[in-house]
Amino acid sequence: MKYLDYSLTEIIEKLKGGEVTSVELVKECFERIKETADLNALNSTYEKEALARAKAIDETRGRGEDVGVLGGVPVVLKDNINYLGTRTTCASKFLENFISPYTATCAQKLHDAGAIVIAKANMDEFAMGSSNENSAFGPVKNPVDNTRVPGGSSGGSACTVKARQCFMSLGTDTGGSIREPSSFCGVVGIKPTYGRVSRYGVVAFASSLDQVGPLTRTVRDNALALSIIAGADPMDMTSSQTEVPNYLSDIDKGVKGLKIGMPSQFFTDKLSPSVRSSLDKAIEWYRENGAEIVPVELPSVDTALAVYYVISSAEAASNLARFDGVKYGVRAENYEDVVDLYFKSRTQGFGKEVKRRIMLGNYVLSSGYYDAFYRKAKRVQKVIRQEFLSALEKCDCLISPTTATPAFKLGEKANDHVAMYLTDIFTVPVNIAGVPALSLPCGVDEEGLPIGMQLIGKHFDEAMLYRVANAFELAHKEGK
Amino acid sequence: MSWNTVIGLEVHSELNTKTKCFCGCKNEFGDKPNTNCCPVCTAMPGSLPVLNRDAVERAILMGLAVGCRINNYSVFERKNYFYPDLCKAYQISQLEYPLCVGGGLEIELEDGTKKFIRLDRIHLEEDAGKLIHSRNGTMIDYNRGGVPLIEIVSKPDMNSAEEAVAYLQKLRSTLLYVGVSDCKMQEGSIRFDVNISVNRDGEPLGTRTELKNLNSFRAVLRAIKYESARQIEELEAGRKVIQETRRWDDAKGKTYSMRTKEDSQDYRYFPDPDLIPLDVTEEYIESIRKKLPKLAPERKAEYQKMGLTEQDATLITSERAYADFFEAVLKYFNEPKFVCNWITAEVFKKLNALEEDDRKISVTPQDLAKMLELYKNGEINQAGARKIFDALWEGETDPVRLVETLGLKQLNDTGALKAVLEKIIADNPKAVAELKAGNEKTMAFFVGQAMRATQGKANPKLVNDLVRELIK
Repeated sequence: MKYLDYSLTEIIEKLKGGEVTSVELVKECFERIKETADLNALNSTYEKEALARAKAIDETRGRGEDVGVLGGVPVVLKDNINYLGTRTTCASKFLENFISPYTATCAQKLHDAGAIVIAKANMDEFAMGSSNENSAFGPVKNPVDNTRVPGGSSGGSACTVKARQCFMSLGTDTGGSIREPSSFCGVVGIKPTYGRVSRYGVVAFASSLDQVGPLTRTVRDNALALSIIAGADPMDMTSSQTEVPNYLSDIDKGVKGLKIGMPSQFFTDKLSPSVRSSLDKAIEWYRENGAEIVPVELPSVDTALAVYYVISSAEAASNLARFDGVKYGVRAENYEDVVDLYFKSRTQGFGKEVKRRIMLGNYVLSSGYYDAFYRKAKRVQKVIRQEFLSALEKCDCLISPTTATPAFKLGEKANDHVAMYLTDIFTVPVNIAGVPALSLPCGVDEEGLPIGMQLIGKHFDEAMLYRVANAFELAHKEGK
Repeated sequence: MSWNTVIGLEVHSELNTKTKCFCGCKNEFGDKPNTNCCPVCTAMPGSLPVLNRDAVERAILMGLAVGCRINNYSVFERKNYFYPDLCKAYQISQLEYPLCVGGGLEIELEDGTKKFIRLDRIHLEEDAGKLIHSRNGTMIDYNRGGVPLIEIVSKPDMNSAEEAVAYLQKLRSTLLYVGVSDCKMQEGSIRFDVNISVNRDGEPLGTRTELKNLNSFRAVLRAIKYESARQIEELEAGRKVIQETRRWDDAKGKTYSMRTKEDSQDYRYFPDPDLIPLDVTEEYIESIRKKLPKLAPERKAEYQKMGLTEQDATLITSERAYADFFEAVLKYFNEPKFVCNWITAEVFKKLNALEEDDRKISVTPQDLAKMLELYKNGEINQAGARKIFDALWEGETDPVRLVETLGLKQLNDTGALKAVLEKIIADNPKAVAELKAGNEKTMAFFVGQAMRATQGKANPKLVNDLVRELIK
């Protein structure tokens, strides 16, 4: 491995300076992918296509022409992001054979910036899960300890970046699906403000909560990547018109004079001692470096998980209804009539967790239950959102652990759904409130497993998260 | 005690926007199947709807035309159900917060009585695709999928099949006036569902049934008559009316049960998270109100001021196409009464011979104006005018040339006509005597004879005058 240890920012400079070609990088990525194939991070790879594009980009660069900010950089997309001509399976048997007929806006933006999509990353089926064990194509393994889960649902996206198969990836986050695997694998991942990145072309799980975000090895890389994919999109009515600031301009300003809020509800006795001590150290570092730590309250945050399972499942049940075996995807054989076709295709195509959420979602929307569940959940959502806004009025951002424990063992929680759902208690409230949050490594436990801290910001203030995270990262760089 | 019939109508009307309701695909009937499609209207995974503002504007325009209140806050919801023509497995529609509420239409029955039919709401939604059943199985055409529709829901204010049809005609006419739909029943751009129940005087409303598959006004008329009689028969026989959806079989003239309430679907409506709630400001509503075209009552009053009778003004404003045509002809030949008479007599005769959807005026206003001018000035007579009109309707143009080629120039030559008439008078002494005795009907005989002798070209008025002069 010659170049894959470099960060995204560094490799861009090396490409620019002619120290390395895109073709060399792509080749190295595929060597590495083959070496680390047992991690099962990727569902589809595109070596031939990637090499051809790399060659073309090298030639364009050779002529002195513009190749874009990411010109020639190998990237990986989560397998729920459409990219014309690639398989987009959502790690579901149902879409095993589905080839994207179009490209998602976020993928198009990467493409237009010169990135080379080399693979699609494994994930929990339809982004439902916290361990990546719900993939129809087998679980992803944690690259730090391959007996452990990488987190989910963007487990493949986190794994591929940590395992140095590429320089950055895109994931999606509905209740923690970028931050939790980032934390478990020891990479930087951001769930931007709802509406910051277009959802067009990203297979929907829960439309009102889903966001696309980059996963990278450094905070600076992440800021750069987000600045490329963020922005209003005429194809997504829920994308925001708010201007995208330069995330790099204030990134080195440090934390002196900033106020960081510490929500008491996120520092419970449920934290594992290693997580607790890592967070305590991080908070102490911020204090020492001139930030003021202010206690804040999010009194209703313990209801967020219930609200999340009502809203996200309701939307998912409706969003996944289009997978009926009529138009695309896998159609069951030997059906008697159209109802039987639906029934058999969906029964055979969907995994257990997906079915569980569809049933839950249809239940909370059904006549007689709508008011008690869906409508009430939407009301509580407003309360939670308001609490976040109030807390964030008192400070520049909030700090919390990303997860209560480091990565758990493969299979450990596979049969305990509630324990699995509880993995997301610190990440889910952020999606409910619609605010941005970033997870960055803040230490390791006694077994060397990564621990992540979560920084939560005001609506559209991702720049603050990058600034606060970058200060910590620079001070704690251990080699790379 | 006698029976009452209570009828409410749901009318679906496709809006004639350029593009579909939630994507940029063409909104066009009759194109090759699955050519006006994109990832959005074929529900490709990850695609998202983007609201077509033009569809919103047209829905509001119709709302304003029928006196609706326009909601400032309006929400699109998902109506979830599985059907192969519905590719997302949900229809984007409106439930709790429709665009328009209230309003209504005044209908006039044959006997001249007027009645106000209240509307419940008008909401915007998308159409589904179309299933095509063939010998090789069922195929789907998604061209229609995502076409904007408005659903116009009336209150149960109608009490007979005739009232229901009068309402539908008025509604269709209004849609055409406002210009938001082409209302072609055969193309399905306007469709009707009927809710109907019966009850005895003084008793509460009965259980209703819903009738589907009504493709013409005639079908609505027959289906309501059949269904109301069926319900009365059930109740008189001591049975119950079941709440259900019934399908009208036009060939058999009967309704059949499709599904009962028990197996009706739970649509699990909820606000579509892909579409943000609509903020319809008063300024926006006013800007749309300014685009509202002149509707029938306003035009009727104008035409009466031009000298048309109320009856004629009503007739000529019964459809926007007629009123527009009338005004267009007047631009070239400003004789309102004369023009109106020809349209309501001759044009309507041609139109009434056609199916409802095909009623298109196939002469240009210029040509008709020219023809009427020739007629009015006496250069052709009525028979000649009709011949030219027939030719124009068949696709000919230029009435002046047609007068020549068809040899229709009216014979106004007193000398020549005198010669013809002198012979007729000499040959028919009996008729001359009768006319002299005061039998005015005999004059028609002379005119007829003169026409025959001149191949229909004689000026009848001149013939009249000359006969009187010659037998004096």
